Amino acid sequence: MAALSERISTSTMQTIRRTPKTTFDPVFRWASCASAVLVLLVLAGILGSMVYGGWPAFREFGFGFVTSSVWNVGKEEFGAWVAIAGTLTSALIALVIGVPISIGIAIFLTQLCPPWLKRPVSTTVELLAAVPSIIYGMWGLFVFAPLFARYVQMPVSSLVEGMPILGTVLYARVPSGVGLLTAGIILAIMIIPFIASITRDILDQIPTILRESAYGIGCTTWEVVRHVLLPQAGVSIIGAIMLGLGRALGETMAVTFVIGNANRLSLSLFDPSSTIASRIANEFNEASDLHFNALLALGCILFLVTFTVLVLARLLIARMRTR
Amino acid sequence: MKFLSFAFAAGLAASILTTPAAAADITGAGATFPFPVYAKWAEAYKKETGNGLNYQSIGSGGGIKQIQAKTVDFGATDAPLKGADLDKHGLLQFPTVMGGVVPVVNIAGVGPGQLKLTGEILADIFQGKIAKWSDARIAKLNEGVKLPDAPITPVYRSDASGTTNVFTTYLSQVSEAWKADLGANAAVNWPVGQGGKGNEGVAATVKQVPNAIGYVEYAYAKQNNIPYVLLQNKAGKFPVPSDKSFQAAAANADWNAAPGFGISLTDQAGDEAWPITAPTFILVHKAPAKPEQTAEVLKFFAWAYKNGDKLASDLDYVPLPDNVVAMIESAWAKEIKDPSGQPVYKQ
Repeated sequence: MAALSERISTSTMQTIRRTPKTTFDPVFRWASCASAVLVLLVLAGILGSMVYGGWPAFREFGFGFVTSSVWNVGKEEFGAWVAIAGTLTSALIALVIGVPISIGIAIFLTQLCPPWLKRPVSTTVELLAAVPSIIYGMWGLFVFAPLFARYVQMPVSSLVEGMPILGTVLYARVPSGVGLLTAGIILAIMIIPFIASITRDILDQIPTILRESAYGIGCTTWEVVRHVLLPQAGVSIIGAIMLGLGRALGETMAVTFVIGNANRLSLSLFDPSSTIASRIANEFNEASDLHFNALLALGCILFLVTFTVLVLARLLIARMRTR
Repeated sequence: MKFLSFAFAAGLAASILTTPAAAADITGAGATFPFPVYAKWAEAYKKETGNGLNYQSIGSGGGIKQIQAKTVDFGATDAPLKGADLDKHGLLQFPTVMGGVVPVVNIAGVGPGQLKLTGEILADIFQGKIAKWSDARIAKLNEGVKLPDAPITPVYRSDASGTTNVFTTYLSQVSEAWKADLGANAAVNWPVGQGGKGNEGVAATVKQVPNAIGYVEYAYAKQNNIPYVLLQNKAGKFPVPSDKSFQAAAANADWNAAPGFGISLTDQAGDEAWPITAPTFILVHKAPAKPEQTAEVLKFFAWAYKNGDKLASDLDYVPLPDNVVAMIESAWAKEIKDPSGQPVYKQ
């Protein structure tokens, strides 16, 4: 105690002795404030230009732009529903597949992994994040899709043909290997490195004393993970998942390659579909007039969808905190 | 929209300004389909004259926008503009080379040119009305060819494209149902099948999906060795797609039928004519703000008509017939004037 107060008093004396140079402080404050405000301005600018550019389409079709599933460039009829549904479904599939795997990787790396294996696995996971999306797209189309068609789509389709529900959801009318499920799987591979590395860092930061006390009272590894680590890291893991979800919602190139690019609503996971981002990537080059406005309006909707999802995530985190 | 194209134009202008270029360099933008041949021509032209060409292949729609905004010396498009649009913006349109679109298939045991189809059957396949290769109408045309009792997967271009425009123009000509339900456009509302991005996307999908049918530019089918389909032409014959049958389609065409030579070469008469043939077009202003630049553009294409045939055929494009070139050059001389009213192009 005495030592502590001595330290405090020395440090106070040092502060007094030092002539403070405050010239840089205001500059620093303003510079960092400007950086923060800049983000808001850029965001507002993007949203503003999207709304402005998409306005003719919103005005022409009204709310029907969101609910209609017609996309006919020749007749200038545009509706976004198929693309919105495709975006949400493919991202959801990616989460369902990607989240358990990512958390599994993180738990293995922090709790169970033999030391010699730790570095290769972590590096590999981080390398996955560095692979450009076009590579995932090409690999998905040329390597994954044919294998998926032969060993999954065709056998599953012939198995479930004619069955109620399963026969609809898992029947491939066109067993080509691309479609909604393929896009979801490729997206899952793409978001795993994000979620896994962040979750691993979070688990690493949980104080060792917590874990050791749990082991001390006789918990098994499973019980430690289930009742100590995951509840501790819960909020942060949701943050990591949201980052992955953000990527899955907006991913363009890879999805364009493997989703099949069809403007049709289908109940089957194997059928081709499209997402907002893939539609824009496909058609932006040659679009003009109302078609161009409709694509900007699509961009605006993607913006709002992503925004809504993030707001919901915030609310979820807030609820978890209060509990 | 306006400010976006402005930003786009400003970016383009900046990119042009920052490239150190000789005064005589000309700039163009547009269609991706003729890009390889324009690039080859430009290379040879530069070697001969020292004048360069900077061509940005940003797509036909982009080419039209750029020339209207006067940010380039010429625009390029696969789908011709209509007379009213040309007049509205004071543009002159002329073709440069032609190419063909061919249906390609992946059916076990069926090689190039072994399967025969009519335009109407093709339209019904891409509309989902004919769903299996064992369909009676296909069988009737192809006695002796063993076709599987398997569902057909139609494959289309998922990006908006001049190739799709040509293909659907043809389908609209041969099928009333197609014309009524889907029409001709760079992107249509495909009722069945799946999309591939770019010619390479369609080619790859057809290659790896059994029993698929797609359509690509002829050069693609040839270079990738994908079996093409023989199509019945207006004369009832089944010509083999080649530069000869593409040229045959051009030979019988009435080039004066539409303003700016904006005719379609699809479904032309003639025993040898390949039914899905199309020219690609250049757009220039009739009263250019910078006549000397436009003069350079015309000089370049005049040189290409005269010296570029071999380079074009090497890349599987088809040069225009001589009489058409003569018509184009006289249109240049007649219609493109500088501010003092003098013709910009001198033969």
